Amino acid sequence: MSDKILLKMENISKEFPGVRALDNVSLEVREGTVHALMGENGAGKSTLMKCLFGIYEKNGGRIFLDGKEVSFKNPKDALEHGVAMVHQELNQALKRNVMDNIWLGRYPKKLGFVTSESEMYQKTKKIFDELGISTDPRTVMSKMSVAERQMVEIAKAVSYNARIIVLDEPTSSLTEQEVGHLFRIIDMLKSRGCGIIYISHKMEEILKISDDITVMRDGTHVITDRASSFTMDKIIRLMVGRELTNRFPEKTNRPAEVILEVKNLSSKHNIVDDVSFDVKKGEIVGFAGLAGAGRTEVIENIFGISERSGGTIKLHGKEVLNRSAREAIKNGFALLTEERRSTGIFGILNICDNTTISNLKKYKKARLVLSDKSRRKDTEWAIKSMRIKTPSQRTQIRSLSGGNQQKVILGRWLLTEPEILMLDEPTRGIDVGAKFEIYQLIVDLAAKGKAIIMVSSELPELLGVCDRICVMSGGKLVGEVDAANTTQEEILALAAENV
Amino acid sequence: MSFIQRYKEMDKAQRANYRKEFFINNSLYIFLIAAVFAIQIISPHFLSGPSIVNIISLSAANLPIALGIAGAIILSGTDLSAGRIVGFVACVSASLLQATGYPNKMFPNMPTMSLVVVFIIAIAIGALVGFINGFCTAKFHLHPFIVTLSTQLIVYGALLMYLTIGNNNGQSISGLDPSYTGFITGSVLSLGNTPIPNFVWYSLIITAIMWFIWNKTAFGKNMFAVGSNPDAANVSGVNVKRVITLVFVLAGVMYGITGFIEAARIGSNSAATGLNYELDAIAASVIGGVSFVGGIGKIRGVIMGVVLLRLIFVGLTFLSIDANMQYIIKGLIILVACAIDMRKYLVRK
Repeated sequence: MSDKILLKMENISKEFPGVRALDNVSLEVREGTVHALMGENGAGKSTLMKCLFGIYEKNGGRIFLDGKEVSFKNPKDALEHGVAMVHQELNQALKRNVMDNIWLGRYPKKLGFVTSESEMYQKTKKIFDELGISTDPRTVMSKMSVAERQMVEIAKAVSYNARIIVLDEPTSSLTEQEVGHLFRIIDMLKSRGCGIIYISHKMEEILKISDDITVMRDGTHVITDRASSFTMDKIIRLMVGRELTNRFPEKTNRPAEVILEVKNLSSKHNIVDDVSFDVKKGEIVGFAGLAGAGRTEVIENIFGISERSGGTIKLHGKEVLNRSAREAIKNGFALLTEERRSTGIFGILNICDNTTISNLKKYKKARLVLSDKSRRKDTEWAIKSMRIKTPSQRTQIRSLSGGNQQKVILGRWLLTEPEILMLDEPTRGIDVGAKFEIYQLIVDLAAKGKAIIMVSSELPELLGVCDRICVMSGGKLVGEVDAANTTQEEILALAAENV
Repeated sequence: MSFIQRYKEMDKAQRANYRKEFFINNSLYIFLIAAVFAIQIISPHFLSGPSIVNIISLSAANLPIALGIAGAIILSGTDLSAGRIVGFVACVSASLLQATGYPNKMFPNMPTMSLVVVFIIAIAIGALVGFINGFCTAKFHLHPFIVTLSTQLIVYGALLMYLTIGNNNGQSISGLDPSYTGFITGSVLSLGNTPIPNFVWYSLIITAIMWFIWNKTAFGKNMFAVGSNPDAANVSGVNVKRVITLVFVLAGVMYGITGFIEAARIGSNSAATGLNYELDAIAASVIGGVSFVGGIGKIRGVIMGVVLLRLIFVGLTFLSIDANMQYIIKGLIILVACAIDMRKYLVRK
């Protein structure tokens, strides 16, 4: 760690027609440190980074790298000057292998035109060894986990001798174990004198790994200071600009009798093996585990979108088959999927269509015509009760923020009046304020007697919202703990059992 | 009123931006009006009764097939078999409705069938091929391009074989029963002195029905949902396979109707009837804003696309532009119209 300033962004401003997205924001990254950039969605973090990388043209301000003024034309230009970014959503050629992705656009060549596979392999291997990555450079990207693919992206930055590396929400889809590996790599990069800009919504890890913290709000710079002078509450207060006394709502739900019994559930095409549990009316049951433990697969199996090889599901003591999503919905199940964009929203359709799609039967007049009036009425109900922020029902859902999109989908499911509501990573990619609202909705629904199953990779959120937590490992259910009397350590120990 | 006020409140840059957006979003209509003016100035006979009726009736004849194909495009698919289905249905309808005394009659001993029965047969043939298209697409997860490429060949083969049965020996089928041609091309209303053929009204009725299906039924909503995001549709409880199959069946019905109309409109039907109709229909849909991205499209867009395309075809002839040159101009217009349209859906940076 030193006090030498590696990257200096000075009074950066950016205006869009009618909006001032950045207003005189400054950022200084010291050599060999992690600088956390924090703020709610829309605070201007990504806009600032896009100005750095030349994706946006800044309206004012200057950028210095190593004391020299720079202005990058595009991300490639920045990369060649040693400024790299690892995106939240990885943009990689999935059908190609690791080394193709790393050396894309600058393949080492023999005789001036033949790409040299062996040189590429050795160079990649060398970087991987330095970073402690065990993946074979010849592996095809699509066969790798998100965590491994992210490592490849970091290795790519290292291969460019990057001195500034921006990590945008790097841990949002990693397990605790993978996060540990990522942090070790970050330490290694620090010791080489790299400056890391770290963007994340997760307070715990920010406090753990950063040296400096900058908080932004509404396109303005709020504070920059050493990380040691911050507490979680202080950061949240500065980010939202108001007092957020609790991260989790008060639990008002009262679990009653058992309504869902799952026995010996196994699936045909994935690792779910002999899973049994039950859920009570008005209860919130969490599913914890490492990525790949089979949590998502369990609820997809119950919902009928992955095939079962054995086991029974009983609702109110009567067996239900749930051979397809349609049948499951009819039986009173609902599933909020993990991948909002690929299996949740209909991006180009409007809020009304997105809200009512699962419930169209209800709006039929004379068994054929859909009543626009009742569709609009239900959409209005969803917008009001979920507090969805949208200009109108006719707005395309893709123009809403992640939190509001999630609320629309939640509204869609509530309109089907489910008894069992299954939520897969309900707060992924959603900012702090909106997270609280989603937690509040979940607790309220349980209080109204819905049985809720919630899969999450964020242990604090499971501990804060659930009544009971089932822990999975290697496709098996390895334990059940009472959320009020357990610790993160106990859950992690269980989760590592079958690995 | 409110939008005039809003415009007044904008500053200079916002106004410029607003005008630009307005031109892009309405480019099709602006182009249409400009084209009509330009052609009219160069060739003053353009806006006369006969040529207007000509454009309207050509558009009407092509509307059902375009509406059918638009459904497939909304599923981010396509349909290459449309033209051949039209041709097959046209030949079958014509052969069943030849005048009794006609010397070259395909089935000389068969009495002329009733229009209703033949119409039902026409729809049934279209629906059957459409079902095969949709079923294979949905069941085997094939791209409709491949499926309809295959059925297009199969239907063409069937058509050639059909033309050799009876007395026909592969010749074109003409000498249609006057009740049939009267029903399709007869007229009850005239524009000036030019009679408007009846099939224009049939086409309008079909368009109204399609508008209803697309906008007011659960099937229509499901079609847009599947086109927008099939995986999300499946999770949301939409029967994706059934929706895909039905969209193609409906498209097939549209081709059947087009074939039934086309047979009487042309009068003499051969193996070449319907050739490449699907390409004009796809072009019209896409010009009208039905996007291959999936989940995007409006009936009024398809109508606009069909009319615009016909207007250009007729206009180019009016301007006595060289036939070879016409192809180049048509190609360019399709390209430019789609490029402008695509701008609406791109995420702005």
